[in-house]
Amino acid sequence: MIEGIGVTEFVVVSTLMFFAGVYGFIVRKNLITILMAVELILNSVNINFVVFNKYLYPNLLQGYMISLFVIGIAAAEAAVAIAIILNVYRKLQGIDVEHVNTMKY
Amino acid sequence: MERIVFYILALAIVLFSVLTVTSRNILRAAIYLLFVLMATAGLYFLLNYNFLAAVQLTVYSGGVVVLIVFAVLLTVKIDHKLPPVGNLKAIVSMVLVAMGVGTVVWAVAGFNFTPTAQPATGYDVKAIGTSLLSYGNYGYVLPFEVISVLLLAAMVGAIMIAKRYKND
Repeated sequence: MIEGIGVTEFVVVSTLMFFAGVYGFIVRKNLITILMAVELILNSVNINFVVFNKYLYPNLLQGYMISLFVIGIAAAEAAVAIAIILNVYRKLQGIDVEHVNTMKY
Repeated sequence: MERIVFYILALAIVLFSVLTVTSRNILRAAIYLLFVLMATAGLYFLLNYNFLAAVQLTVYSGGVVVLIVFAVLLTVKIDHKLPPVGNLKAIVSMVLVAMGVGTVVWAVAGFNFTPTAQPATGYDVKAIGTSLLSYGNYGYVLPFEVISVLLLAAMVGAIMIAKRYKND
């Protein structure tokens, strides 16, 4: 634990990071920038798990383990998403979300 | 001292997160994301979670950011600028985001977190490894096995999706 810094400060930082990710998810149209916004969101949730584990239940390892699993799942998700993005680029010559509407109607 | 380091890291995280989603050069946005992830690893080091910080540095800022940079270089021209966001859309999403931040900060600030008096135990890598493969109380062998199958499926799926077929 850090002297003078409580759970609240950490949660405020991770909240700002989370909503920066949400903002990017809403306003961007490029698939890669949307993927980066999702990574921001996942990372901010990780901070919350770690801080709650450290401050509230320091004798257990649950938040720590969940953070490890979230990092692994985020890596798998990024790999599959980038494979899909490359395939979309090869078929449609662009990776903006407007291009990807063949299956919409 | 630790307090000052925390404030520096927090400032870096907030600044670079905002820059990640507002920068119009996509390669710069990827580099700002790298800075955010490294500052997060710094927070984990500050909390004495060394193994988790190492995983964050290697998997996230080592692996994921390199993947994203590769994808950027393969799909976008290097001097391409993202189109500016329309005024109405920017204002509406900023209002939504501000409302979200306000709600969460208000809820968190009103809640009284009480730290436990129990001593901290088991942050060394040995305890983590034992707990990952233990099937007793607080054992994580089931998620461990599930995530290993998931990683295998993701690997095979990524190769199959990104593969170039002959009739393309």
